[in-house]
Amino acid sequence: MELKLKAQAGSFESSDVLIMVEPQPQGVGRKIELESIVMQQFGDDLLLQIHRDLDAYGIKDIRVIINDKGALPPTLSARLETALKRSAGLQTGTLI
Amino acid sequence: MDTNKKTFKRRTMLYIPGNNPAMLQQGSVYGADGVLLDLEDAVALNQKDAARILVSHMLRYISYEGCEVTVRVNHIDTPFGMDDLKAIVPLQPDAIRLPKVETVDEIRRIIQMVEEIEDEHELPHDKMKIHVMIETALGVQNVYDIASFSARIDAISIGGQDLAADMQLVKANDGIGIDYARKQIVMAAKACKIDVFDTVYVDVENEEGLREEAEYIKKLGFTGKAIINPRQIEIVNEVFTPTEQEIRKAAKIVKAFERNKKEGIGVFAVDGKMVDAPVVQRALRVLEMADIDVAEI
Repeated sequence: MELKLKAQAGSFESSDVLIMVEPQPQGVGRKIELESIVMQQFGDDLLLQIHRDLDAYGIKDIRVIINDKGALPPTLSARLETALKRSAGLQTGTLI
Repeated sequence: MDTNKKTFKRRTMLYIPGNNPAMLQQGSVYGADGVLLDLEDAVALNQKDAARILVSHMLRYISYEGCEVTVRVNHIDTPFGMDDLKAIVPLQPDAIRLPKVETVDEIRRIIQMVEEIEDEHELPHDKMKIHVMIETALGVQNVYDIASFSARIDAISIGGQDLAADMQLVKANDGIGIDYARKQIVMAAKACKIDVFDTVYVDVENEEGLREEAEYIKKLGFTGKAIINPRQIEIVNEVFTPTEQEIRKAAKIVKAFERNKKEGIGVFAVDGKMVDAPVVQRALRVLEMADIDVAEI
């Protein structure tokens, strides 16, 4: 998946997560900034899941800003997928 | 007649906005018989993609145990309908709900698309049911032909708000303007021997009004009602749940039927009233709605 634009998905509502993605030049790697209301308990799990999902999409160079309000794993994956597809221009939605 | 045959209980179906994670993950805890995960009217136009993806992930993750799970997709002629089908059909929820169906050609086209997607994923054509919404005057006129088009259609429902708009009704909440449509749709469903659901009651604060409407549509023959707020569940479930007296009477009829069946008697009397097959069928339905196992009465 080739990222082209800054994009976001999700919200600040309880049980949701707001994810913003930004394409990065080749070789920069992944810059992930995570804030979560359950950081102490699940911060590592959230990061692990984000990396696993990015691996599945074959994305190596990206900046991801995550503001988590207690989202379950399917919500986290869904919001990341939406932001990535919006960034890649695969579907429309809210763009920054 | 098989007195042990079971069907779904469908008194209440709770609409859940498809882009609301909190409600999606809690959908089955409120006590509704079914959840309607909504990709259509409850989702803003610029969030259709987000809702579709969220519902897809939730369907894989949440079991919704004890609840019938239906996904309402967007109409096939909108820019979102085909993407919805491609995302949802492979996940095979209990049913998909098709909004604003108006003609037989339309339902033929949609079912063909659904089955092409199922073929691509090597899925059977008889597992996921199809629920059709009738929401326009043209749909009401064609409802029997639509409902009888495919054995996959196991329920139809009336969409009161859109129908009122299509009929250019100024005041719709009293139900007068859509009364003919309600009766026409019930009759079509009964002729096809499928379930039929009433429209939502939008005045969430008016619990007495909801109860009156639920009692009225039960008398018309509706199976249940779509609802938009968890606080409406208890009232509608209560209206559609048989009373103690109704349960006792039904149990007596079914027991008498089983006894007479062994002796080869088809028509008999209970408490001085004639009982034949249709009466037994109604009694079985009462027991089913009361969650009473016929084998244990």
